[in-house]
Amino acid sequence: MIDKLALYFQYPFVRYAMIVGILISLCASLLGVTLVLKRFSFIGDGLSHVAFGAMSVAAVLNLTDNMLLVLPVTILCAIVLLSGGQQAKIKGDAAIAMLSVGALALGYLIMNVFSTSSNVSGDVCTTLFGSTSILTLTQSKVWMCAVLSVLVLIIYVLFYHKIFSITFDEPFAIATGIHARAYDLMLAVIIAVIIVLAMNLVGSLLISALIIFPAISAMRLFTSFRAVILCAAVLSVFCAVLGILISILASTPVGATIVAADIAAFALCSAAGSLRRS
Amino acid sequence: MALLTCQNVTLGYENTKVVENLSFEIRAGDYLCIVGENGSGKSTLMKAILHLNAPMSGSIQTGDGLKASEIGYLPQQTVVQRDFPASVREIVLSGCLNRLGLRPFYNRKEKQLAEENMEKMGISNLANRSYRELSGGQQQRVLLARALCATKKMLLLDEPVAGLDPKVTAEMYALIEKLNREDGITILMISHDIAAAVKYATHILHISHEPLFWGTRDEYVKSGLGKVFAEQEGAGEE
Repeated sequence: MIDKLALYFQYPFVRYAMIVGILISLCASLLGVTLVLKRFSFIGDGLSHVAFGAMSVAAVLNLTDNMLLVLPVTILCAIVLLSGGQQAKIKGDAAIAMLSVGALALGYLIMNVFSTSSNVSGDVCTTLFGSTSILTLTQSKVWMCAVLSVLVLIIYVLFYHKIFSITFDEPFAIATGIHARAYDLMLAVIIAVIIVLAMNLVGSLLISALIIFPAISAMRLFTSFRAVILCAAVLSVFCAVLGILISILASTPVGATIVAADIAAFALCSAAGSLRRS
Repeated sequence: MALLTCQNVTLGYENTKVVENLSFEIRAGDYLCIVGENGSGKSTLMKAILHLNAPMSGSIQTGDGLKASEIGYLPQQTVVQRDFPASVREIVLSGCLNRLGLRPFYNRKEKQLAEENMEKMGISNLANRSYRELSGGQQQRVLLARALCATKKMLLLDEPVAGLDPKVTAEMYALIEKLNREDGITILMISHDIAAAVKYATHILHISHEPLFWGTRDEYVKSGLGKVFAEQEGAGEE
């Protein structure tokens, strides 16, 4: 088994997959805690479908670097969803559901009508489930991913206390002079960036899992915000590494395997949590 | 100079006016209760004072060296908070946020302040406990300690005893009275408990879409309004 792994790790694309996997799962889990607590669990799903739609448009337009289109579109939608907040005409979950289903349908429609490749369902499957994309990462993509992830991490650490405050009690934060709207905007941008990055790893359908599972699992075990954040980060990275290793050894799809590992971790954490409480 | 002055303030959402022509002021050391029925505009007024909403007309000004961001706010609990994973210390410390400015982390002085306020509220022994496991009264004390971290001068309390049982309610009122009398903190409280307002406050503002009364407690008790409401309250409890 070790031999097989050592053999695989000689290939750069496997090492790239590992690096990108660790970075993205780390970022997704950090933001996940805030999103779950703010009752925005489904934003990952919604935004990833928007990214899917944008990606299919980029594919049809034959853009060499589809990130140029996907990233701005997703950021725009994130801002509309998150900072529209109380004033929005269509509220939270309904807006996310609308955007999610709409973008998915339009994306698929565009891919079908203007298809440039002979294997449409294969393309769709790849974008949605990320079945192979993590193994086809180029060096420049890895670099971009690394830079953006590190940026997200730095911002998160620097604004940790402010993020805590606007997550726990936004009116109080605003009353004490915090520009909560600006931070909401910042969170929206970060979330969009993470989702676009994560599409490379697990595909658009499974991003929600990467955001939600580590946060929920950590909340079963720990009761302070800091402990929950740290636990979610560790769990998420652990599951990502485990998932990638298993997928190499057992030749299973990467994204789905990582999510399966997350589900297993959630089951364990739930059991441990209820044992501790009883 | 008053800590807070409201002049001819009209509040509302979009085109609907909730309260009209409100004028009052609060001086250092006052204990003002804003009373009125549900939907009479109490919460809207509080949000305007905190700069969460802008008034439609009129002005709300702070004075005497008080900045709007230095008012300690005790909001009503939200659904999100009931199962929020956070320790008591983390929440109390977040009250120091307005001292942080561009600094990313709290310094020793702010941590010290959080400890002192937990001591004052009698929750030091709960510092490492999880907020969601506490009783309603304990949770209110945590939020009060947080509000104290944000201010030295003035507390704004939005229905601080909502959902508490009578014993804990009395303790909460005693605690707030102590802050007012001993620490000289100005109190501005929203309540529909007129009996308690008459018992503890020095000044009363009674609103119902327009100001019905503003003045000292004694004047309120003598006024027809205070009497009628005190009787109604009494009748309601029997």
